Amino acid sequence: MSTTDFVVHNPVEDLLRQDRVPTIWCPGCGIGTTVNSFAHALLGQDIDLSKTAIVSGIGCSGRVSGYMNLDSFHTTHGRAIPFATGLKLANPELTVIVYSGDGDLTSIGGNHLIHAARRNIDLMVVCVNNMIYAMTGGQAAATTPGSSMSTTTPYGAFEPELNMPQLVDAAGACFVARWTSFHVMQLERTMAKALKKKGLRFIEILSPCPTYFQRKNNLGDALTAMVDYKKRSKIKHGCHTWETALEPGGDIIVGEFVDREREDYLTRMRRQLGSHYSEFPEQTEEEISEGACSEC
Amino acid sequence: MPKGSVAITTERCKGCGFCVEFCPTHGLELSSAFNAKGYHPPHMISAEKCSGCNLCGMYCPDFAIFGYKYPANKAKGEAA
Repeated sequence: MSTTDFVVHNPVEDLLRQDRVPTIWCPGCGIGTTVNSFAHALLGQDIDLSKTAIVSGIGCSGRVSGYMNLDSFHTTHGRAIPFATGLKLANPELTVIVYSGDGDLTSIGGNHLIHAARRNIDLMVVCVNNMIYAMTGGQAAATTPGSSMSTTTPYGAFEPELNMPQLVDAAGACFVARWTSFHVMQLERTMAKALKKKGLRFIEILSPCPTYFQRKNNLGDALTAMVDYKKRSKIKHGCHTWETALEPGGDIIVGEFVDREREDYLTRMRRQLGSHYSEFPEQTEEEISEGACSEC
Repeated sequence: MPKGSVAITTERCKGCGFCVEFCPTHGLELSSAFNAKGYHPPHMISAEKCSGCNLCGMYCPDFAIFGYKYPANKAKGEAA
């Protein structure tokens, strides 16, 4: 059958800035895979894409905001959540997504993540965890597993790693999930579910880093890492987050761990302020035309 | 009669092999040919098996491949 009788078109390409691809990510980097799931999740929803904004920090996964054809902002290192918080508070109509890496969200911007979860601000935070600072040259991050090699830990890291789902759950996020870049379909469903929820939704995605993490630790290439994720993953929905710590060589507990209802920041603020709170009144056409006079 | 096929943008491919490894019907293989950047893009070895499930497209980190289903198949099946 010839392909000329119908149009062959990849739906993901509608969400990409065509002049920016091919991406700068290394061969086998899992971030592009997560972008596929994210794009499919966005396209499958009744979401107004003109009212969707994506914010990211510095790092490999920070490049996502540049590749997605949405309103986007690439912030300074670790400050994606503060920027997104301001964006959401100034324009509550927007669906704001923070797409960033583990070094950006939990190491440099760690405090912001904790307090965003405490306030339960209506953001969707996607954290691509490649267990190392990849773009800056392979330094150890807070998520680097104990005894792993990196540029700054030539004798192996002495520090135990941070368990992100536990941290965010304890701080009060209303939705916490973890998948790996191997679980593309599950990730798409989880992202679609998270996009509809209100409050802080946190999704951690484990992703291979063939250039730094796999290479420094003799873990093979990206394909080996993906097959390894397939073998070691155990799906446990609703699992207590203190049982989800990642151990080198041990099981990777994945699934949707927390899904609860909790009042988000804006609702709480409005309730507490009551009659003192008022939205800006909508400008009439006269006011708009007065505001934009021809002389200035 | 295959249910679908894949479209490959060879110049975007970085030869990671995710599509080859995770294709449910094992219908892809990295070719011996090079693209402009020196990577080996995949090609189909058993086109008749392809179901057009787009799992290769979901895994591809470089948006270089995607699967699609032939639309006419269903209508033809119903007519038969």
